[in-house]
Amino acid sequence: MLEQSILKQLEEICGKDHVTTATADLICYSYDATQRQYRPDVVVHPGSNEEISAIMKLANSARIPVFPRGAGSGFTGGSLPISGGIVLGLSRLDKILEIDEENLVATVEPGVVTEQFQQAVEKVGLFYPPDPASLKVSTLGGNVAECAGGPRCVKYGVTKDYIIGLEIVTPTGDIIKTGGPTMKGVVGYDLTKLICGSEGTLAVITKIIIKLLPKPEAKKTMLVLFDSIDGAAQAVSAIIRGKIIPTTLEFMDGRTLDCVRKATDLQVPAGANAVLIIEVDGDREFLDKQAAKIAAIIKPLGVVETRIAETPEQSEALWQIRRSVSASLRRVNPDKFNEDICVPRSKVPEMIRKIDQISDRYAIPIVNFGHAGDGNIHVNIMIDSKVPGQSEKAEKAIAEVFAGALELGGTMSGEHGVGIMKAPFITMELSDAGIDYMKTIKKALDPNNILNPGKMFPSDRAVAPAQS
Amino acid sequence: MAKLKELSELREQIELCVKCGGCRAHCPAFGADKQEGRVARGKIALADALLKEQVDLEERFLLDMSQCLLCGSCYSQCPNKVHTEEIVAATRREIAKRQGLSTFGKGVATVLKHQGLMNLLAKGGGAFSKLLFKKVPEQSGLRLRFPAPFISSDRTLPPLTSKPFRERHPEVIPGTAGKPTVLFFTGCGINYMYPDSGEALLKALQFLGITVIIPKDQGCCGLPAVSAGASATVEQLANDNLAMLRKHQYDYIVTACASCHSGLTQIYPNMGAEFDTYKEKVRDIFVFLVEQGLPERLAELPKAAQQLRVTYHDPCHLRNHGITKQPRAILKALPQVAYVEMEGAGSCCGLGGTYSVYHYETSKQIGAKKAAHIAQSGASLVATDCPGCIMQLQDSINHAGGQQQAVHILDLLAEALP
Ligand SMILES: Cc1cc2nc3c(=O)[nH]c(=O)nc-3n(C[C@H](O)[C@H](O)[C@H](O)COP(=O)(O)OP(=O)(O)OC[C@H]3O[C@@H](n4cnc5c(N)ncnc54)[C@H](O)[C@@H]3O)c2cc1C
Ligand code: SF4
Ligand code: SF4
Repeated sequence: MLEQSILKQLEEICGKDHVTTATADLICYSYDATQRQYRPDVVVHPGSNEEISAIMKLANSARIPVFPRGAGSGFTGGSLPISGGIVLGLSRLDKILEIDEENLVATVEPGVVTEQFQQAVEKVGLFYPPDPASLKVSTLGGNVAECAGGPRCVKYGVTKDYIIGLEIVTPTGDIIKTGGPTMKGVVGYDLTKLICGSEGTLAVITKIIIKLLPKPEAKKTMLVLFDSIDGAAQAVSAIIRGKIIPTTLEFMDGRTLDCVRKATDLQVPAGANAVLIIEVDGDREFLDKQAAKIAAIIKPLGVVETRIAETPEQSEALWQIRRSVSASLRRVNPDKFNEDICVPRSKVPEMIRKIDQISDRYAIPIVNFGHAGDGNIHVNIMIDSKVPGQSEKAEKAIAEVFAGALELGGTMSGEHGVGIMKAPFITMELSDAGIDYMKTIKKALDPNNILNPGKMFPSDRAVAPAQS
Repeated sequence: MAKLKELSELREQIELCVKCGGCRAHCPAFGADKQEGRVARGKIALADALLKEQVDLEERFLLDMSQCLLCGSCYSQCPNKVHTEEIVAATRREIAKRQGLSTFGKGVATVLKHQGLMNLLAKGGGAFSKLLFKKVPEQSGLRLRFPAPFISSDRTLPPLTSKPFRERHPEVIPGTAGKPTVLFFTGCGINYMYPDSGEALLKALQFLGITVIIPKDQGCCGLPAVSAGASATVEQLANDNLAMLRKHQYDYIVTACASCHSGLTQIYPNMGAEFDTYKEKVRDIFVFLVEQGLPERLAELPKAAQQLRVTYHDPCHLRNHGITKQPRAILKALPQVAYVEMEGAGSCCGLGGTYSVYHYETSKQIGAKKAAHIAQSGASLVATDCPGCIMQLQDSINHAGGQQQAVHILDLLAEALP
C-alpha cells in the first residue's frame, strides 16, 4: 500500500479520475499476455509528458517503482508491476499528431494502436511496414520499447529502422528529445536507438517520430507446400540468392500443419511437411514476373504444390492457413510457452531438427512456425500445466532450445524481448562484461532503479521501498 | 426445468482466456475510454477474481461488469473462443444473487452518478409514459430494457402501438397445402413497437404459401433479463416459452429479431436438454426465406424505375452466429434496392440491452461511429434484422443530424412484394 500523501500528490498531478486504487483496477492492470499476475499499488493514467515528468520525480523522491504500460500484449512480462508500485497506463496519449506527406514523416503519441496508425498513413498513400501479429492491439510505444517486428521485416526491417526521433521522460523526470524529423542526424550519441528495444527500463516514451515509405502499389501472395522443412529452408536461401527479397517469407513446420489439418477444413495435402507463404509487393506489372521467377527457382526443392492468389480474397484465404495456427494449437495441449528464437536463415532446418529432438526427449509436443526470411522461429512448447511435472519439463526444454539457438549463432529472442520471462536465461547469451556494460547505462540513467525494475536483469528485482 | 449456469460452472471458460488482448480491437464498450476493466480480458480477470474471492462487489467492479453489451464481438474474434458474454451474464446473476437485483440496479445508478454520466433520469419520457407501459407485461423485454425512470428525454423511441401485433391476428393463418408450417416468435420489439414489420413478415410468408402460427401465449425471449442478471425472470420466461413451443405443431420457428434468435438458439439450450430439439427448428427469417428460394422469386419481379440506396447493419447476435449472407442476399435481390456495403457494417450499434440505459453516453458514442459510417455509405436507408438495432440506429442518426431512415429489411420486402 502506498501512503495516502503519495496518492494525493498523484491525484494532484493527473486529476482524481485518472488515479485509481480500486481492487478491480489493480486486477485489470496486473497481467499481460504472459498470463502472470502482479498487482500494482496504484494505476495512473497520465494525460501529458509534463504529468509523466512529475510522476517520475515523485516516484524518485519516494522510491516507488514505475511500470510503463501500453496495451499489455507483451509476451515477456515487460509491463508487469512485479514489485508493486505505479502502473503508468499510456492509453490516453493516443493521438496521431502529424503526418507530413512532404517529408514522409509522422509524429505520434505512444498510445496509438499500431494498426490504426498504419491505416491512417495508408489513407494518404504512405506505408509503415512493421507489423507485429499483435498490431490490432499493441501500441506504438510498446512496439518501440520492444523493438517489435513482424512478417514484413525480411524486406523492410523492424520498428527501430523507422524510428528517427523520440521525446522521452527520463527516469529522473526530465523531458528530452532524441533524434528528430530529419533523415540524417549525427549529433551526439544515438539515444533513439538505445531507447528502441530498452523495454521501458531507460525512459518513458512520450512522442515518436516515424519515417514512412510510399505505399507499394500492390502485393501478390503465394503459398508453397514442401515435402520437407529442408526444401522450404533451401527455398528461402535460393530466393534471396536469386536477388529477390519478398515482403514476407513465413514458414510452418510439419507439426504446425498437423494442427491446422486437425482443427480446420483448410486443404493441406498429406505429403506436405512444411509450408512457405511468400508475398511480394511493388508495381503491379512486376509482381507476376516475380512470382513466376520465384516459382521457377524453388521448383526443384521438393515442392508438393504451389498456390498463387489472383485476387485479394484468394490472398486472404492463403493467409487464413497461417492465422488458423494459433487457435489450432490449443488442441495439442491447453497451455503453451511461446519462445521466439532467431537463428541465421540457413540454420533454420538444423534448428528445427534440434527442437524436434528436444521435443522427443521430454515427450512434450513442440510446434514451430515463424518468419523464415529472417530465421525467426516461434517455438511453441505445448503442455498441460495441470499434469504434475510438465511445467518443470517445459522450463528445461526452453533452456535447451535457447542453448541450441545460441550454438547456431542465434539469439534467444528475435521479437518479444527479455522482460521477466527470459531474464533468468540472459547470462546464456550475454557475457558478464556485456551485462555490466548495460547495467552501467541503466544505473547512470536510473540511479534509484525506479523505472521498470526487475526486467532484463533478474538480480535487480529489489527496489528499496519507501512504501510500507 | 430451465436452469441458468452459475458463474462457478463457467470456470473452464474463464481459464480459456490467455490474456492475449486480442479482444481490445473488437470490444465496443472498450472503444470509448480504453480502460482495461471494460474489455473482455479485464472482465474475465474480474470474474475470475470474484470466484477466487479476491475482489468484493465494490463500485468499480459493478461498473466494469455493467460495461458490456453482451454483443459477443469478443467471442467471434477470440483465438480461444472464450464466451465472455456468458461469463459477464453469469457474473451479473451472481451480483444479483448476492446483492438483490434492485440493489444492483441502484448500485449501478449510484456509480453512474459518480461518473457524471447520470443525466439519464426521465423527464416525462414521451412515448414511454407510464400509461403506455401499462400495456406491456412486466417481464417484457421492453420494460427490462427501458425501466421507465432511466429513459433519457433526448432519446428517439418509436411510439408503442395501440394494438400489439399478436392481438391483431388469429393464432393460425393457413397457407398452401404441402408448404411448411412456421411458428412466428414475434418478440417484444415487433409485438409492441414495430408491428408493421410483423405484418411484412406475414405478407412474405403468405407470398410463399407458408402456414403461420402466432401463439398468443408466447412471451419475451428473456435476453434483456439475461443482460440485467435477473436469473429467475429468464428461467421463468424460458419455461413458459418452452410450454408454448410444446403445444403447437410446426416445421420451423422463425424470428425477426436478432436478440430473440440468440435467446432461442444460444441461451435456452444452455438451460436444459429439451431446448435442443427446438433449437434445430429455429431460423432467422432471412435464413428461412433464402432456404425457401425467395431471392429467386424476387429476381422474377420487374426492377423498379427508382432505386433506393440501402446499406445493411449486422446485428451482433446474428453476425456472431454466422448469419451475414442471407439478409444481404434478400436485400440485394429486392427490385427497388441498390445495395451498398458500409464500412464497419459488422460493428455493434451500441444498444446492448440494459447497457444503453445505464450507459447512454457511451452507447451514444458507439452509435455515433455507426451513424458516420451510414452517412459515408451514401445510403438513404439502413436496413437490419433486429428491432433493438433499428431503434438505436435511428437514435444515433438523429443525434448526428442525419436524414437516413433505419428500417427492418422486412419493411422493404413487403413494399416489393405484389
Ligand atoms: C497474439 C500476439 C502476437 C504477437 N506478435 C508479435 C510479433 O509478431 N512481433 C513482436 O515483435 N511482438 C509480438 N507480440 C508481443 C507484443 O505484442 C509486442 O511486444 C508489443 O510491442 C507490445 O506492445 P504493447 O503496447 O502491448 O506493450 P506492453 O505489453 O504494454 O509493454 C511492453 C513493454 O513496453 C514498455 N512500454 C510500453 N509503452 C511504453 C512507453 N510509452 N514508454 C516506455 N516503455 C513502454 C512496457 O514497460 C513493457 O516493457 C505479440 C503478442 C501477442 C499477444
Ligand atoms: S478473451 Fe480471447 S481475445 Fe480476449 S484476451 Fe482472452 S483469449 Fe485473448
Ligand atoms: S460481449 Fe461485446 S461489449 Fe461485452 S466484452 Fe465482449 S465485445 Fe465487449
